[in-house]
Amino acid sequence: MSETRRVVVSSLTLSGAVGIFALSFGVASVSAGASVWQTCALSLFVFTGASQFSAMSVVGAGGSMVAAYGGAVLLAARNLVYGLALSSSAKSVAGNLPRRLFAAHFVIDETTALALGESSPKLRKIAFWTTGIGLFSFWNLGTLIGALAGSAIDPQKFGLDIAFPAAFIVMLMPHLRSKLGRQAAMLGGALCLISISFLPVGVPILLAASAVLVGVRNDQ
Amino acid sequence: MINEAPANLWLMIIALAVSAYLLKMFGLVVLGSRQLPKVFDRCLGLIPAALLSALVLKDTFSVGQSLVFDARVAGFAVAVVAAWRRAPLIVVVVLAASATALLRAI
Repeated sequence: MSETRRVVVSSLTLSGAVGIFALSFGVASVSAGASVWQTCALSLFVFTGASQFSAMSVVGAGGSMVAAYGGAVLLAARNLVYGLALSSSAKSVAGNLPRRLFAAHFVIDETTALALGESSPKLRKIAFWTTGIGLFSFWNLGTLIGALAGSAIDPQKFGLDIAFPAAFIVMLMPHLRSKLGRQAAMLGGALCLISISFLPVGVPILLAASAVLVGVRNDQ
Repeated sequence: MINEAPANLWLMIIALAVSAYLLKMFGLVVLGSRQLPKVFDRCLGLIPAALLSALVLKDTFSVGQSLVFDARVAGFAVAVVAAWRRAPLIVVVVLAASATALLRAI
């Protein structure tokens, strides 16, 4: 198998898997009160999974829009780091400024991981764009199907209110591999549970973000 | 959990879309290959761990501002075990939803 083909196959395989993820976002988002259009707009224009899930989870629980926005933006902040990591090869990946501005929309976990996994500039470019475009297509198709299916059934009856936490658990697992990750998760969870009863809905999620400060004292 | 869509949900979606794009663009196009301080880098990397864990607990153990213990706990337990055993997401969601739905049906 040629190198190019190997990169394209792994990008598309990942994109397909992420499409399944999008199905559950579509279902969960309409169950939380968004319309099919709003759900699709989130996937088209926000296009960063964890933030979309987080925003609709807070909205579904009756939180304010500011709280929903705040948590989602905090989760999107890691894309800034991905952009930085990719920027050394930004010229070879995306070319001139207008192309780079377009490419920015596709700077997410998966495109960064696959692009930086390649060593040659040519393969990086292929990995970034096939993952970016492939994943964008599957993510939005999955969202649409999920949203249509979700608005046709009673989510409570099918236990679909558990779709959010179930997806969050899957997203959380890789972060528990490091000691710092486990500490941040435990502290964040504890801060949230303690404050739920007296802070406005959604705000405990913002408070949980302060748990990242466990990263300050650890120097390695 | 079916609510009427809040009127300002569109506003939130637009604000979030703009912010998410600016964050992605800022790193890739504006900052260039400048290095962030190590501490900053590490703390940003820990955001998902802290927030996802908080979101899991909120969505499992609360309704609005009250802590509750209901059929969702069964789904939560099933999801933890399934995710721990590296089951694919769709399997985790279906198993968790089935456990919660089953408990509600009994």
